[in-house]
Amino acid sequence: MLASIKSLSSAVVIPFLKRGLLLLTLVLLAIPNVGWSQSNSQTITSVSPKVVKIFGAGGAKNLYAYGSGFLVSPQGHILTVWSHLLDSDTVSVVLNDGRRFEGKVVGVEPPLDLAILKIEADGLPCFDLSQATSVGPGTRVLGFSNAFKVATGDEPVSVIHGVIAARTTLTARRGAFESPYNGTVYIVDAVTNNAGAAGGVLTTREGKLVGMIGKELRNTQTNTWLNYVMPISELSDTVEQIISGRFTTKKTDEDEDGVSKKKPRRYEAADFGLITIPDVVARTPAYIDRVLPGSLAEIAGLQPNDLILFVGNDLVQSCQMLREELGRLQSGDPLKIVVRRDDQLVTVGMTVPKKSVE
Amino acid sequence: MLGTLGFSASLLLAEIDVRQAQSNRTAVVRQAAPAVVAIFSADGNGGGSGVLISPDGYALSNFHVTSACGNFMKCGLNDGVLYDAVIVGIDPTGDVALIKLLGRNDFPFAPLGDSDQVAAGDWTYAMGNPFLLATDFQPTVTFGMVSGVHRYQYPAGTFLEYTDCIQVDTSINPGNSGGPLFNSAGELIGINGRIAVEKRGRVNVGAGYAISINQIKHFMGQLRGGLVVDHATLGATVRSGTDRTVLVDSILESSNAYRRGLREDDEIISFAGRPIGSVNQFKNILGIYPQGWSVPLVYRREGKKEQIIVQLPALHRKSELLQPAGPKAPPQPKRPDGRGPKSPDDPHPAEASLPKDELLAEYKKLFVKKAGYANYYFNEQEQQRVLAGLKPFAGWQDAPAKWVLSGKTADQDTFQIKLLPQALSAQFTKRAPGLQNLDGTDFLDEPPGSGGLLAALQQFKMLLTGGAAAFTEMSYLGNQPLDGQGVSVDVLVTRKSTVECRWYFRSSDGVLAGFDSSLGTDVDAAQIRFLDFQDAQGRYFPSRFAVQYGNTDYGTFEVTTVDITAANETAN
Repeated sequence: MLASIKSLSSAVVIPFLKRGLLLLTLVLLAIPNVGWSQSNSQTITSVSPKVVKIFGAGGAKNLYAYGSGFLVSPQGHILTVWSHLLDSDTVSVVLNDGRRFEGKVVGVEPPLDLAILKIEADGLPCFDLSQATSVGPGTRVLGFSNAFKVATGDEPVSVIHGVIAARTTLTARRGAFESPYNGTVYIVDAVTNNAGAAGGVLTTREGKLVGMIGKELRNTQTNTWLNYVMPISELSDTVEQIISGRFTTKKTDEDEDGVSKKKPRRYEAADFGLITIPDVVARTPAYIDRVLPGSLAEIAGLQPNDLILFVGNDLVQSCQMLREELGRLQSGDPLKIVVRRDDQLVTVGMTVPKKSVE
Repeated sequence: MLGTLGFSASLLLAEIDVRQAQSNRTAVVRQAAPAVVAIFSADGNGGGSGVLISPDGYALSNFHVTSACGNFMKCGLNDGVLYDAVIVGIDPTGDVALIKLLGRNDFPFAPLGDSDQVAAGDWTYAMGNPFLLATDFQPTVTFGMVSGVHRYQYPAGTFLEYTDCIQVDTSINPGNSGGPLFNSAGELIGINGRIAVEKRGRVNVGAGYAISINQIKHFMGQLRGGLVVDHATLGATVRSGTDRTVLVDSILESSNAYRRGLREDDEIISFAGRPIGSVNQFKNILGIYPQGWSVPLVYRREGKKEQIIVQLPALHRKSELLQPAGPKAPPQPKRPDGRGPKSPDDPHPAEASLPKDELLAEYKKLFVKKAGYANYYFNEQEQQRVLAGLKPFAGWQDAPAKWVLSGKTADQDTFQIKLLPQALSAQFTKRAPGLQNLDGTDFLDEPPGSGGLLAALQQFKMLLTGGAAAFTEMSYLGNQPLDGQGVSVDVLVTRKSTVECRWYFRSSDGVLAGFDSSLGTDVDAAQIRFLDFQDAQGRYFPSRFAVQYGNTDYGTFEVTTVDITAANETAN
């Protein structure tokens, strides 16, 4: 008797269950797998080949000679942060598989704290910037970087996991957070911004591109460290312009109504497309190391190995003084630069470009 | 409608998934926590973490933890009980220590995992006693992800070197040292030992390092043998070539690798079965092997590949490892109440308030001091265990002193080998004869080209008739794969005058598989491998054995008769 009741009830219930299961299966297929307990190794395997290790200038205390970047074109364009690392002639770029390339700076945008390097290669795995995603607080993310230079040779870079704590505006202030970048950032709850991690990449747990890991940033008043990531949406236009060779400077110091709201940022050599030799001694002569293609400096006819002697009418005796002189310039100023080329003095002129705001 | 259904279903599924993940985590923690050890020095100050790996109380920790605690320490488990523990073996280079908790034979213990299966992205649990918070011995649990595997960490201080280690973003802090890293199944995959610390102070910044359990497995036999274990070198340095090749930069002519044929500028293709693409990789792999192990090495010279088995010499001189300073121990974590280790002029010494704790007399016997050993007591224990493998040979203990072995070799040579009290001799039809006097003259390569087969057989005779007492020194050297690729064997090393022998006993059944006998340092040994045993005059004896010396096979011997007579009968 008992048995028959049991069989009766299963006869009724099973068709219903079957239909329910079918529906459940369909729903399961339709939604992304949350997989809280799953290993991230698959995502890491697909993302790591797009992340590179960069070795360049530095080596002194707190000036690390290593950093991170990630491939943004199959032809070897690499997005990284603009830092002292790129002060040397060329930097060494090591791919995930251990291949080592010479990287050259093809463009920089100091207000965005970004630089684009190029290596001579083709068919590389890379991120598609147009596929970058925007995420909200609570999103689980992975940070890929050459933190602490732990990974060498053909080892994949280090990966750490975290959660987006906030999407906010980084207000860089002198005396507190000193950062050239001040725009929208993600704040991460994990220590993404370690030595050498700047230029690394933040993705979702599914490997979708989120942003570029920023530099180490310490609040000098509270001695706290901020782990921030620059969203790709803030960088992608500039990156694409640099890669396509259309880049001059993007931002103006005026808003749409033509009213300047904030103080202009101080100018630096890179704003003119100049890269000087690394400033390593007390009075490093201001030799031009490289002139970025398409830049004001190139149009004006400046060349590598030119020694900058005068900015305007002021004698420039070192890289340090060059920085000071350029820092005094205002947007739209006429700029005269006198250089020594071989045994000749050459004078070039240009107009100070409009600049982004602080 | 369908959208809403899908959305609410996905929320439901997410919740199920989250709850499932959470209950999995708590299950792993519940299962693993009882094996986690809070280690304190005997006076209750300072300490770190450890993990039990066997029911009889063996537990792993860091050398830098135990070295600060002394030979006996106190270990708390999460049952709230404080146990006594004794140091067993140490690996100062790899920062590993083996201790033994005392008083039980049914300790909870963690199963060992396979750290070669660990991949970046895997979830891990670190357990231990960070900041010495676990005053009730309930371990602190942190959860995180593997950031990288096969990492190499340069030596810090004197010779501490982390090779082939696991990098995690799991929070590892001072006091976690020596504690376990578990995979998501609760298996032990590493011992947490080091964190990246820079300008932010001694706290976690997202990069911790665990010594892989597979490396520790290689050293386990030596650690259980109470040794101060050493890592290995190749006897050669390597450099990066072009196109991700690794070349031999310079090589010691006295090294085993040189004698096997490795030369400068040879390209190293693989080492211990793993392909080599960078100097770091090579150092990584070299670092996980104990001194004295043999591993296969494949090199390429002028386009031609060659495989050799190299025996790895010690990385350090013995005296270097015995320096009491060792790697500089990091400062002990402060207790949560702010009390640090007591200074000598502390007006309120902790001892005054603590009950007097005398170590049981039976425990005191478990530590025997001897140069070169962390604790010689455990070496003696292992010697006794391994020597039990000689039981089948017990009939030889009272055997007469005159042995004559005769038979033929695989290449159809005949032999007669005489082992007499005054002299040893070998006669062949084809091979050159050998003669070795036992009047105190040096042992020589007799018969020539055998590596001193006569001396080797004399050592074998001594082992069978006299046991350990026949040698001036005997030591247990852990276990290793026989000849680099064979079955696991336990190794006993003996010394008598200038002859050093390594006796290999199969780990699985204790059978004596063979031995190496060398006439001095930096020369090849005569390698004797037993292939078969039979009764000879009622006594168990190897009836077939192979002899190899350096790169050449000297021969395979088939013993047809073993003639044994008393020493006072005249020798011919």
